[in-house]
Amino acid sequence: MISLALDLSLAALTLWVAWRALSHRDLFVGVVLYIIFGLLLSLVWVRLGAGDIALAEAAIGAGLTGALLLDAASRRSRRPRDGATAKPDPAPRRGVRVPLSQSAGIALLVSTLAGILTLVVSGIDGSPARGLTRDVTDRLAESGIVQPVTAVLVIFRGYDTLLEVGVLFLAALGMLASRRMRDLSPVARATKEDPVLDGLVRVLLPALVLTSAHLLLVGTHRPGGGFQAGAILAAALVLLLLAGHRSVSAIQGAWLRFALLSGFLTFLAVAAGPMLTGDRLLELPVVLSSRFILVVEAAIALATGVTLASLFAGARPLPSSGPGRNNAFPAATDEP
Amino acid sequence: MTLPDLATGSLLAVGGVFFLGGTVGLLRFPDAHSRLHAVTKADNLGLGLVVGGLILQADTPSLAAKLLLIWILVLLASGTSAYLIASEVLSPHDAPDGRSGDDQPGA
Repeated sequence: MISLALDLSLAALTLWVAWRALSHRDLFVGVVLYIIFGLLLSLVWVRLGAGDIALAEAAIGAGLTGALLLDAASRRSRRPRDGATAKPDPAPRRGVRVPLSQSAGIALLVSTLAGILTLVVSGIDGSPARGLTRDVTDRLAESGIVQPVTAVLVIFRGYDTLLEVGVLFLAALGMLASRRMRDLSPVARATKEDPVLDGLVRVLLPALVLTSAHLLLVGTHRPGGGFQAGAILAAALVLLLLAGHRSVSAIQGAWLRFALLSGFLTFLAVAAGPMLTGDRLLELPVVLSSRFILVVEAAIALATGVTLASLFAGARPLPSSGPGRNNAFPAATDEP
Repeated sequence: MTLPDLATGSLLAVGGVFFLGGTVGLLRFPDAHSRLHAVTKADNLGLGLVVGGLILQADTPSLAAKLLLIWILVLLASGTSAYLIASEVLSPHDAPDGRSGDDQPGA
């Protein structure tokens, strides 16, 4: 009874926070509400028993994307317009007045959709006999991995994961190419060097790296794994970027490309390896699979971390940009 | 109800009271600095009490140590971010204007 009340209030709170994040007039408040929504959503995943997804949602959805949106929101209000006045814009306002007939129509549409969804969801047979849990646990011994989620991700549906890692890699390539980034250099910040922030970075960074390694290693028998470890690694790099630490620009040139490539290429090599001995793609021998999988997961963690961090770094304007210029594509006269 | 359960329940309840107090301070205090003060101090103490209550329920020492570590990390992070927000409010030429604190301390 209490857990039902908890779940219902969690669901209602999640929906309400989501609506307020979209509808609030102040953009900054909307972004903060979006971060809270991400945390609530990861709580929802925990209640549904999906620990891996909860970890990924908290790290990427709430943490990384939230930091990205906060950065964008603060930059929008601070960039002076082409009128060349030094006074920054007021906080961006949102919200359009919708006539009553339109809002009634929208409300009708939304409630109809919600009704259909409720009917469909309540009709789903949630008993364990119908789901895939039985099949997965029956075949778990074939995979050589104890944790069912990791077994599904990397062994049973390894092809999908391979392609996903490829997609992440393409996203990073696109970002690097369109922003002409050679490294993850932090933007020169207007604020001075801060000893308190440096002290925090000094404490948090080893903890983040350790947590990332821990998540990677326990991924074979508990919620965790390569993507979650990569998300924490990305958080560490983003922390360095935001603190304006010079060390993050050490990831540049060949090191950056190696880090980005390593995930996809390692997974591809491990997947194609069996083809050399006559088996098909991804048909790994069972006795070796947990060790191979650790190597693959480590490469995925490194690649995901550096990819997400480079996506974050690439979303910021380049240091050479001036006021009012469109920073999406640097002009040809910029230095390379 | 056993003694650890009672202790956990009361620690969680008192922690919740502190969270509530911190949120009331956030909503009702006049300027940014006092709001920061309320949120940082009260919420961190509330979190410490909640963590203390949960530690009493932990099965293994490593779980208790992880809970304690969570509290310490949150202390560090929220203390630092409160300091950073306060220093931004103090120097308005760096901060986005009109948002959290247009009151100048002592002005």
